Amino acid sequence: MNTQLESHNSLLFALREILEEKHLLTDKEDLKPYECDGLSAYQCLPLAVVLPETIEEVQKIVRVCESLRIPIVARGAGTGLSGGALPDEGGIILGLSRFNNILDIDDENMTMRVQPGVRNLAISEAAAPYGLYYAPDPSSQIACSIGGNVAENAGGVHCLKYGLTVHNVLEVKIVTVEGEMITLGSNTLDTPGYDLLALITGSEGMLGIIVEVLVKLLPRPPLTKVLMAAFDNIEDAGHAVGAIISAGVIPAGLEMMDRLAIQAAEAFAHAGYPLDAEAILLCELDGNKEQLNEQVSIVADTLRGANATTVVMASSKEEQAKLWAGRKAAFPAVGRISPDYYCMDGTIPRKNIASVLKRINELSEKYDLRVANVFHAGDGNLHPLILFDANRRGELKKAERFGADILELCVKMGGTITGEHGVGREKIDQMCVQFNLDELTQFHSVKHAFDPYELLNPGKAVPALHRCAELGAMHVHNGELPHPEIPRF
Amino acid sequence: MPSAIPSRDSSLELQQQVQSSLDLHSPLRIEGGNTKAFYGRPAVQTSNVLDLQKHTGVLDYDPSELAITIRAGTRLKDLEVLLASHQQMLAFEPPSFGINSTIGGVVAAGISGPRRAFSGSIRDAILGVEMINGEGKIVHFGGQVMKNVAGYDMSRLMVRSMGTLGAILSVSLRLLPKPEKEITYVLERTQKEAFIGSQKWRRDHIPMSATTWYRGKLYVRLSGTEITLNAVESHFLNVEKAEVLADDVAFWLAIKNHQHIFFQRISKPLWRLSLPANTPVIARFEGDLLVEWGGAQRWISNNAPANIIRSVAKRFGGYATLFHGQKQLPEVPPFPILAPELFALHKSLKRKLDPQNIFNPGRLYLGL
Repeated sequence: MNTQLESHNSLLFALREILEEKHLLTDKEDLKPYECDGLSAYQCLPLAVVLPETIEEVQKIVRVCESLRIPIVARGAGTGLSGGALPDEGGIILGLSRFNNILDIDDENMTMRVQPGVRNLAISEAAAPYGLYYAPDPSSQIACSIGGNVAENAGGVHCLKYGLTVHNVLEVKIVTVEGEMITLGSNTLDTPGYDLLALITGSEGMLGIIVEVLVKLLPRPPLTKVLMAAFDNIEDAGHAVGAIISAGVIPAGLEMMDRLAIQAAEAFAHAGYPLDAEAILLCELDGNKEQLNEQVSIVADTLRGANATTVVMASSKEEQAKLWAGRKAAFPAVGRISPDYYCMDGTIPRKNIASVLKRINELSEKYDLRVANVFHAGDGNLHPLILFDANRRGELKKAERFGADILELCVKMGGTITGEHGVGREKIDQMCVQFNLDELTQFHSVKHAFDPYELLNPGKAVPALHRCAELGAMHVHNGELPHPEIPRF
Repeated sequence: MPSAIPSRDSSLELQQQVQSSLDLHSPLRIEGGNTKAFYGRPAVQTSNVLDLQKHTGVLDYDPSELAITIRAGTRLKDLEVLLASHQQMLAFEPPSFGINSTIGGVVAAGISGPRRAFSGSIRDAILGVEMINGEGKIVHFGGQVMKNVAGYDMSRLMVRSMGTLGAILSVSLRLLPKPEKEITYVLERTQKEAFIGSQKWRRDHIPMSATTWYRGKLYVRLSGTEITLNAVESHFLNVEKAEVLADDVAFWLAIKNHQHIFFQRISKPLWRLSLPANTPVIARFEGDLLVEWGGAQRWISNNAPANIIRSVAKRFGGYATLFHGQKQLPEVPPFPILAPELFALHKSLKRKLDPQNIFNPGRLYLGL
């Protein structure tokens, strides 16, 4: 205990040498806002929060922590949904909110160099005068920061055509756990050596601290159109998704909502969705005039051929915004019809959408819990929202089991436990379902190549092998996940 | 999905060979079609060859998924025929330097072709990988879905690793619909005018899918539907004063596979410069030069000392690879020297993933 106290005192002493007092938070009330990220069910107070402003400060802080073996959890805007920025009780939060400058806009190369604390939407806003934008648009884009986007490999509604963060970032500067600054990637279309840029993207703060990002910008599409199609049954809607792709069209966005989600969203946002439909698809197309007209007619025909009962096209910006408003409000809308909901994030091959939705509905009956399905259909990225009431005895536990069943179903159907929210702390146990011990061992080898003492974001993203072994045993015995007392939403 | 591609699963046999190589500390030379032996550092001299050619076949292909999973020994040529029969293609248009080029080799070398600057590289297209790792285990990462953030991205790490991190058994790749039509325009342009044109057309959403500039001529390939290509036809013919290239398919095949006259008659080393697209004309390399990717990839055949070529590329924010010419310059490392801290990270990763150093040692860098 004494040695621990000594090391904490040495830490604070050393940090005071690096940072001004107001940028080193140690009082409980100052630490409180950092106790969780967007997944507030998991909470923990760190030893301290440091808010550096320069890369040199980050390097010094990391060197101090490394020498004292103090864990470091990097944090951007704290909007993540998987507990990735949950503090470690024996460690510090390294907040990058003061790294909020746009460093350079290169109009000719269509790139922007930014600090990691710059908000996702601020990039597109700064690029707008040049007719450019940054494509990945996670739903939290007004608040989330680019450093966090890189750490989570954030997605959004336009991934099908424009890719994820990994496809739209050209270079990242990281500070390693030894305090070295290393540049991964470059301003060119490829870089010699291993693709460590891809490795760091989506690594959830486990391999290095992201301190600078060069993003790729795209020319704004000249025109967009949005179609909405309604279906009498969910299988038809699922098949329509594959039919659009098979017709050779790659929509900018292709979203789906089921009956419960439609009704909740319509009551909330008045988007004009048909209340009698079992499912709707929203399809956004973009391009120049000729491309667009042609694609609109192909998609409309395909939708009708796939048994859509109605197909509506929004041409004006206002009509498009209205159709999107319902989709964008779906989560809060579902929040209004149920005291609690639990948001899942699995991905499955598109061809299995219909059968997975059918199975989710069967599970819904089995668990006697309603589920609203809102998702990025074009990518097969599901966000089933399981509705429950945490105040009713046993419901939370039921919702969690239901959620775990859905994720296991996704893996069984050739998919994954997380499409865009990340593993973080939340899905660490499901990693044992998706990966076997040999695969997890390989992940640990990667981790140790960057961070031999496991100081960067410990306990996240990749489960310890013994955790999976214990979990596997528990699965066999009674099918229950550990920590049923922890609430999730 | 029936196809003419023979299905042969040799994974257990290959795994056994890796395992015995581990037991004997005996380095392995991983080999597919052996069409890129000229590329990179020389392979380790050994008779212990891990022959992937016997591991072939399509594991999963449903065209509506825009994805395919294939065994690494499958020939690129056979794969392309299969995809074309479903009006699909590999968006990164990989070159083939011989008929036996395999998809495993395509991934490990990570060389993308003419379409790369417009529809992404092989690392953008890879979705999943199955490999034999440095513990002799068969492991899977990723899958057939594009949105997948569970665990580290091992699939992309395998691209361009030259087989130094494990033996690829199968890969899943994202596909794109084959364009309904393609047309190539030829324009009389200086190098500088070519850069400006490519940049402008890109901003104007002209559906470009490849550019090549060579000796005062700019070749621009457009891909799309009949309607979209007709819409820009008069602009190219009347405003840009372009001509339509008659044998366009053969032309792009020759560019892609390095059979174009520029690549054929060189007696000097062939260098590949990867540069920011807006890099100006480099006077020093105005001699025998072929420019692709709107300026981002420039090929030069030049006798200038390696350090000069490399420092010029570096000055413009890019780098130079000695692509072909190790015979003339055996002492020159084909890939540029990495920053010391970055190289230390490479070594650390190699040591962790291939602790016995058996996978293609030295093929990418000395010491990896």
